[in-house]
Amino acid sequence: MIAADTVRLPFPLLFSAVLFSAGVYGVLARRNAVLVLMSIELMLNAVNVNLVAFSAYLKDQLFTGQIFALFVITVAAAEVGIGLAIVILIYRNREMINVDEVNLLKW
Amino acid sequence: MAVAWLIPAFPLVAFFLILFLGKRTPGGGAPIGIVAVAASLVVSVIILAQVASGHGPVEHSLSYFTIGGFHLEIGEYVDGLAAVMFVVVTLVSLCVQVYSTAYMHGDQRYTFFFAALSLFTGSMLNLVIADNLFQLLVGWELVGICSYLLIGHWWEEKENSSAAIKAFITTKTGDIPFLFGIFVLTFAAGTANMPEITAKALHGGLATGTLTVAALLLFGGAIGKSAQFPLHVWLPDAMAGPTPVSALIHAATMVAAGVYVVGRMFAVFAASGHALAFVGTIGSITMLIAALLALVQDDIKRVLAYSTISQLAYMVAALGLGPEGYTPGLFHLFTHAFFKALLFLASGSVIHVVHTNNMSEMGGLRKPMPVTFWAFIIGTVALAGVPPFAGFFSKDSILGAAYHSHHYAIWIVGLLTAFLTALYMTRAIFLTFSGEYRGQAHPHEAPRAMTWPMILLAFFSVTAGWLGLAHGSGFNQWVPFPGAAPEAFSFGLAAVSVAMALAGIALGSRLYAGYRERDPVLHMGALTALLVNKYFLDDLYLKGIVRPIQYGVSGVVNWTNQNILDGVVNGAAWLTRQLGAGVNGFDRAVVDGAVNEIGHGTGAAGGLLKRIQSGKVQQYAAVLFFVAAVGVLLALVFTRVR
Repeated sequence: MIAADTVRLPFPLLFSAVLFSAGVYGVLARRNAVLVLMSIELMLNAVNVNLVAFSAYLKDQLFTGQIFALFVITVAAAEVGIGLAIVILIYRNREMINVDEVNLLKW
Repeated sequence: MAVAWLIPAFPLVAFFLILFLGKRTPGGGAPIGIVAVAASLVVSVIILAQVASGHGPVEHSLSYFTIGGFHLEIGEYVDGLAAVMFVVVTLVSLCVQVYSTAYMHGDQRYTFFFAALSLFTGSMLNLVIADNLFQLLVGWELVGICSYLLIGHWWEEKENSSAAIKAFITTKTGDIPFLFGIFVLTFAAGTANMPEITAKALHGGLATGTLTVAALLLFGGAIGKSAQFPLHVWLPDAMAGPTPVSALIHAATMVAAGVYVVGRMFAVFAASGHALAFVGTIGSITMLIAALLALVQDDIKRVLAYSTISQLAYMVAALGLGPEGYTPGLFHLFTHAFFKALLFLASGSVIHVVHTNNMSEMGGLRKPMPVTFWAFIIGTVALAGVPPFAGFFSKDSILGAAYHSHHYAIWIVGLLTAFLTALYMTRAIFLTFSGEYRGQAHPHEAPRAMTWPMILLAFFSVTAGWLGLAHGSGFNQWVPFPGAAPEAFSFGLAAVSVAMALAGIALGSRLYAGYRERDPVLHMGALTALLVNKYFLDDLYLKGIVRPIQYGVSGVVNWTNQNILDGVVNGAAWLTRQLGAGVNGFDRAVVDGAVNEIGHGTGAAGGLLKRIQSGKVQQYAAVLFFVAAVGVLLALVFTRVR
């Protein structure tokens, strides 16, 4: 058994990087709009992990990282709400939510 | 004599009055002209009386323009010659103007005719009164213009206008040497004033060579104006003008201007033997060839025209004798004016009645036209030189002067011409007045306005010669040349010249008393052909001078103008057009092309760049992320992380 009181810094960072990369892949490569939104959530959460990890590591007395993570969660929630509303409207008009086909601003 | 300037002034003023007011006045302007010339006649007679009573020459002049040191003057110089000429010109002009009221009655340009007659009279009088050469030249040219206007009075007929042009151009050919003669003389003498030039010439102030050249040049003008060989060709054609014009201008006055000028400038001529010889030669040639030409004419006015040329040649030949011929020549000028004008007016009377100039259509007019007949007879015997009529005294004085100054050739030619003169005039009389009337009109006597001038002139044709009889008075006193001794009257010489005249009359009567269809003069073979064709001089002038200039020179000039001068202009225009097309091409292709290509290029670039905008949000996000990652990397690499 590995006995430790705290988790050493590299592990959460790595974990955050992997999550973020997965999120980036999802945003850039997914056709389904809902999946894109989910990927964005993933990215945001990865960032949260990163923030909290640093806050713990630096033994910040003000807990800046953790408080900022709360802000991020709130904003993520609001943003998803609006995002899903837009996706629903798109679905209502077009019967599909394939982001490739939402390209009216194409030249 | 300060009133002498009125003499030309009256008719000149009348010219303007008739021109502007004539149509509106009763009589159509004729009374204005007649009154003016009558007034001039009165003044002329007064002046002549003053000269006759011994007054010397009077001169006044006024300088009106100065250039350099040279003064252009207008003035008067009144001596015996001028006084006599005043009377001649005004008297003949008066007779002609009165005559014209009947002759030109109903003419469409009646008023202008009288205006032109007044202008002519005024110009001729100005020529006579002139005291300097330039004023004389003004008068000289003006009478030329009036002659042109009056010959071409009925210009609707082409031959009349052609005759007017021929007259003008032929006299102009003489006017050019005349002008240069004036220049030579003015420069040599330093003045244009004629009495001063005369004084210088008489007292040796001018070189003989200069005087010869000046005299010959001035005589050129006289040859033209006085219709001497070779410039005599215009006078017969000038008969196309109305007969009063022929009487005034081409018999008595304008043609006399040439003789007058030689007389006025006689000091210049007398100083040069060569000039005198030339003058005499021209006179002799002309008098003979003209008399021969008068013999074969059918037109009665042409007979008189050639006769005028011949008589003028008498005067010219007389002047060519030198100082002895001065008074006789000018005396003949004086008498000739009267009887030649009379003859012309009489022939005009005939023409007016029978409506033709051709003697072949006349005949038998003695009974219906007695006054005209007797006028013609008197004129003829005066012209032929039968005493006691006017022509005898003047012609005899010329022949006498020729004989006594040993110019026997001129004397012989003069006698021969006297014979021919009598012959052709007798022929004219018989063809016109005797036998049966051969025409279509109804002959009757001319109206009073035409007969009274003839009677007046007939009176002078009879009496004017008597002024030359006495040596100390009359014409000889009025018009002398200094240093010329008047020669005594020689009965022998007079008898010879009268004999020639009578012989001519006799032969004429013999040949023409009874009219025959066959006119002898027209059957003289080669001589007739030569005379009828006027020695082929007209043809020579036309083909040799006029046509080459008209078609040749003018053609070349026209070609040069059209092809070279216009060619240059057109060529410049063509070049400009080509240049314009070139510039246009450049403008379209290069300038516009550049602008258009910039536009296209921008469009093409835009066309390429627009493809970036695919409308796919994921693509935008991908690019954004990628660039951001690269940027962070670069920042990490190039900045020390602290």
